[in-house]
Amino acid sequence: MRFLLTRALRGAGLVAAVAVLGFLMMEAAPGDFLTDLRSSPGIPTATVEQMQRDSSLDRPVWSRLVSWIRSLLSGDLGVSLIWHRPVADLVWPRACNTALLSLTGLSGAWLVGVPLAALSAARSGSWVSRAASLLVSALVALPDLLVALLVLLTAVSTRWIPVSGSLAGAGFALALIALPAVYRHTYSSMRMAMGEPFVESARAHGLPPVRVWTGHILPAAAGPLISLLGLSFSSLLSASLLVEVVLGWPGLGPLLLEAVAARDQHVVLAGVVLSAGLLAAASLLIDLLLVLCDPRIRRDGL
Amino acid sequence: MNRRGKLALGVLSAIHAAAGFAGFLAPYEPSTQHREHALAAPTRIVLRGLTVTAVLPAPGGTSEFPVRWLRRTEDGWHLFTVDEPGKIFLLGTDSLGRDQWSRLLHGARISLFSGVLAALLAGLIGTVLGLLAGYYSGWCDRVVTQVGDIFLALPWLYLLLGARAALPLDASPLVVLSGLLAVMGIAGWPRPARLVRGMALSLRERHYVMAARGFGAGHTYILTRHILPPVWPAVAEFVCLAIPQFVMAEVTLSFLGLGLSEPAASWGTMLAAFARLDAMTGAPWLAAPAAALALVSLCYRGLLSSGTRRGGGEPERG
Repeated sequence: MRFLLTRALRGAGLVAAVAVLGFLMMEAAPGDFLTDLRSSPGIPTATVEQMQRDSSLDRPVWSRLVSWIRSLLSGDLGVSLIWHRPVADLVWPRACNTALLSLTGLSGAWLVGVPLAALSAARSGSWVSRAASLLVSALVALPDLLVALLVLLTAVSTRWIPVSGSLAGAGFALALIALPAVYRHTYSSMRMAMGEPFVESARAHGLPPVRVWTGHILPAAAGPLISLLGLSFSSLLSASLLVEVVLGWPGLGPLLLEAVAARDQHVVLAGVVLSAGLLAAASLLIDLLLVLCDPRIRRDGL
Repeated sequence: MNRRGKLALGVLSAIHAAAGFAGFLAPYEPSTQHREHALAAPTRIVLRGLTVTAVLPAPGGTSEFPVRWLRRTEDGWHLFTVDEPGKIFLLGTDSLGRDQWSRLLHGARISLFSGVLAALLAGLIGTVLGLLAGYYSGWCDRVVTQVGDIFLALPWLYLLLGARAALPLDASPLVVLSGLLAVMGIAGWPRPARLVRGMALSLRERHYVMAARGFGAGHTYILTRHILPPVWPAVAEFVCLAIPQFVMAEVTLSFLGLGLSEPAASWGTMLAAFARLDAMTGAPWLAAPAAALALVSLCYRGLLSSGTRRGGGEPERG
């Protein structure tokens, strides 16, 4: 329990640090939304100054930093400069969509990757194992962007996958991107577990192969697998951003992109902070899973 | 290096050389628009006797133009070209009638070399900060490590977008390109910094460093003569390993519309043109940059795997 608590505190601290650092970086950046507005000829100066007062961009940096942190703590992320709506309203549904897509992609990759890897590990050298490793090598060599484009191309030309804005298409693309990591981690941790002495002794006791697999090899392989996957969450979120943009899924990615293009600082900051938050939540979830799976961690407190 | 590594190295060198000589190998400028040939399919090339000939569709049949080798036009020497009004589009044209082959070569220049430069920049920033952190330790170490951890904790694409938000959007291409390099360097410094910090921490306890300090050597002297030389190879290795990632970072940013803007050619902007639904079904030749990117990434992977295999573990085969 204490282990989980310290992990949670660490995650929260990280998100806070990202928020402060992000704010300072935005401040240090040359120019902002209003400078761009000022240079466009159609807008009177008085309007810009009014906007500056409204968004309190005329106050010094430190006072804005303090008020930003204070409003962040109360769940208020400020008002978007281009959409004129509270940032929280804009960002929350998008973040939920991103989380939904990531979970779909990840569970798809697990559902295919783990059995495939188990099969390949059990029958190394068979055609299943060869085909799987070929597929995985091809997927590893292709950059995420190209995998997403390939899925889009397949969707457009064959209509097997719904084309745009559907969870199925986007989830499929993300699952393909996440598959190699799942497959490789599972494969190697299974091979490692197969060589353990307790597996030998279970076999020697005459247990049927199925019981050896489900009772001894799989539980032993689960621990390293879960902790390794926790590390891959960060690249999963990046891949999810690409998939969202390419396949038109309304997640954080497209919103963030528009906000960057329009230099809407509040939305950009909120997006980046939320991505850190998603990552922290995911790693906490992983820790929880680890504690549930491995009694050794429960006892020793890691 | 095994045979696969050599092959990968050869292909990569060829691609980089082609990018370097883009102006010579490309028949047209990357931004020249041949409006009357918008979305033209790749030109058919046939052999008539001993002359290579470009066959172009013309009203009521086709017209043929012999390919001229090594010609000088108003924009310099070209390996091949055809006489006006003939055109030669090896990979077809995009919706503005720009030659894909020329854009692919000129885009390679930007995408590949900005990857190399960004990796170098990240390595440089990381080395400096890592040295400061590892050698001086104390608060300097704490700040660098903590900030680096924050950078590493973010998904890299979100980090890139966040850093990109700090830059002006429409500026001259040179400004945007250097801004992009800075963004990628800033996003990429923590890994080399961590590496260098660890090395510097252990190096500064070595006896020869202690001895130098005992003889009254200054910090600058120790850093440049005793700490840096053993650190360089590790940093160089990091830079080489990181190049493909930084190439992808540039391509991704340009794809998302946050890199170099039109009309400058980058593989990312070309891919964005391909990703439009009508282009995917109607003009499959626009996928050329995707194929090029896949090839480059495959070769880098082959090169790296052959390099690491030599280093340790598995015995070499073949």
